[in-house]
Amino acid sequence: MMPSASKIAVAGTIILLAALLPYGLIAIDQEYLIGLASRIVIYGLAALSLNFILGYGGMVSFGHAAYFGVGAYVVGILSFHAFEGSTLFGVPGSDSALFVWPLAILLSAFAALVLGYLSLRTSGVYFIMITLAFAQMLYFMFVSLERYGGDDGVIMYNGRNQIPGLDLSDEVTLYLVSLVVLVIFMGLFAMLVRSRFGMVLRACKQNEARMLALGCNVQRYKLTAFVIAGSVAGLAGVLNANLTEFVSPDYVHWTKSGDLMIMVVLGGMGTIPGPVIGSGVFLALEEFLPGLFELIGLAAYKEHWRIVFGPLLILVVLFARGGILGLMTKGKSDA
Amino acid sequence: MLLLLEQILNGVQLGVFLFLIAAGLTLIFGIMGVINLAHGSLFMVGAYGAAFFTQLSGSFTIGLLGALVSAGLTGIAMELAIMRRLYERDHLDQVLATFGLILFTNELVTILFGRTPLFLDVPPILNGSIEIFPGVDYPVYRLAIIGVGILVALLLYLIITRTKAGMLIRAGSTNRDMVAVLGVDIGTMFTLLFGLGAVFAGLAGAMAGPLVSVEVGMGEQQLILAFVVTVIGGIGSVRGALVGALLVGVVDTLGRAFLADLLKLFMDSASADGIGAGLSSMSIYIMMAIILILRPNGLFPVAAQRH
Repeated sequence: MMPSASKIAVAGTIILLAALLPYGLIAIDQEYLIGLASRIVIYGLAALSLNFILGYGGMVSFGHAAYFGVGAYVVGILSFHAFEGSTLFGVPGSDSALFVWPLAILLSAFAALVLGYLSLRTSGVYFIMITLAFAQMLYFMFVSLERYGGDDGVIMYNGRNQIPGLDLSDEVTLYLVSLVVLVIFMGLFAMLVRSRFGMVLRACKQNEARMLALGCNVQRYKLTAFVIAGSVAGLAGVLNANLTEFVSPDYVHWTKSGDLMIMVVLGGMGTIPGPVIGSGVFLALEEFLPGLFELIGLAAYKEHWRIVFGPLLILVVLFARGGILGLMTKGKSDA
Repeated sequence: MLLLLEQILNGVQLGVFLFLIAAGLTLIFGIMGVINLAHGSLFMVGAYGAAFFTQLSGSFTIGLLGALVSAGLTGIAMELAIMRRLYERDHLDQVLATFGLILFTNELVTILFGRTPLFLDVPPILNGSIEIFPGVDYPVYRLAIIGVGILVALLLYLIITRTKAGMLIRAGSTNRDMVAVLGVDIGTMFTLLFGLGAVFAGLAGAMAGPLVSVEVGMGEQQLILAFVVTVIGGIGSVRGALVGALLVGVVDTLGRAFLADLLKLFMDSASADGIGAGLSSMSIYIMMAIILILRPNGLFPVAAQRH
């Protein structure tokens, strides 16, 4: 099914507005918000990848931050060696995006292949617990990397990666690069979901037994989807490492995996724009809730914004199944 | 050799903690089919309860009672307010809602007690150490923890296999609707069972108080370990939780104590220390992966039901 012309027009307008956003922020002297916008785009990409297996594949992975972290650590570690002028297993460090980024994606894919293969031997609640446990394993592995700062992580003293012809150290450029990556992957995932592969994946979610009976190798489809999602999360990790110029075990902390899941459900699971909307709402709440607390005279509690966010999440889960996108399109039937 | 014995005891003691947490988790999952991330928060509530009431009264016994009561009441409140709305939902909803509960509880405890960790002293009567083997001194408090763990395991076994309540629990885990149809007030039973699981978690928290610093977030680390335990043992199986907990406790402790030294036999000391530290912190997850490859449903699989 091709998307209708009006949908393409809406999507085009939104992308154009998103591309113009940093210039608007500069015009009204709110440049510091460009960083927030970049974070929304990058986490949107990570949530988008999680949504592919969660919303379409029915795999409740509670360890998606693992691949986000692997991607980021490849950037951080190679930057560390480039700064130090040392080698790792004979490979010199590097700041070149053209070398580092594909390698990071490859290693994230590899991590997703191994952990996905093991985790997908199970299903249901076992799968949730095991993906969480494996992510925790990577967390402790990164903590034990004394050479790369252990608990404290790696600061990228050389700054961001280099792409010929682009200056990533410029905040607007990095934002636009991230946005382009996000838009490309939203398009790719939209196509993938509609493809034969995507149909099989969605069918597995709805009725795995039937797909098995039809002679479909369900595990292989699921694992492929898991690896695709892991690689894209790795790319999001790469972008985030470049944004913050800092990588630490916090990237893999189990709450990160939880945050990604919240973004997906908050925005609207099983839709393409949902996770990105969720990322925007989640990060904007995180940024502005403390200020809101101050505004209504609860300044003393502004660091405790989570006391509102927690119950809010429970309410969304209990009463707003389709997330924000579901509320917006309520009444309209949309397959 | 003596050091090995001491470390094995330490491992058993860690296993006892994990068992207390995992037992509640696995019971609740096995019977109600609900995964509760906030179970770690109940562990934390127990620890804070113990610290608070001990400081207030000066008596560890009253502190312990306070811990059990506060964890139990928190658990019951959780069940009544939120959990019972989740039984019929899918696991994703359960995970997200209980994740929200964690955020809320952690923040509430931070507001009430601040960010500085609290410290609990070992009760005087359990202070000191005794010689358990010629040449091996072992702290009495840690022995007491092991004793309490064995007692709880025994008690739980007796309740489940020998009492009417246990019979209902077993029946409820096989076919919840059938038990309800037979006239058992399944709602109240679930609330009380949830409270019981909370009391176990609170007990673990109270006993952990003197050994670790009581701080926000202490529950989540234990929760993830308890997940590993449950997965290894087979979700829903209390016996599996016991075996899994002891395995995880002993492997983790021995790994941390000896792996680096063991590796020094094969490589230079600096890299052995580095790799040893990394490997030992990953050891239980690797063990989980191996067990999973051999037995995807855990060591003591419970017959699959609705889920």
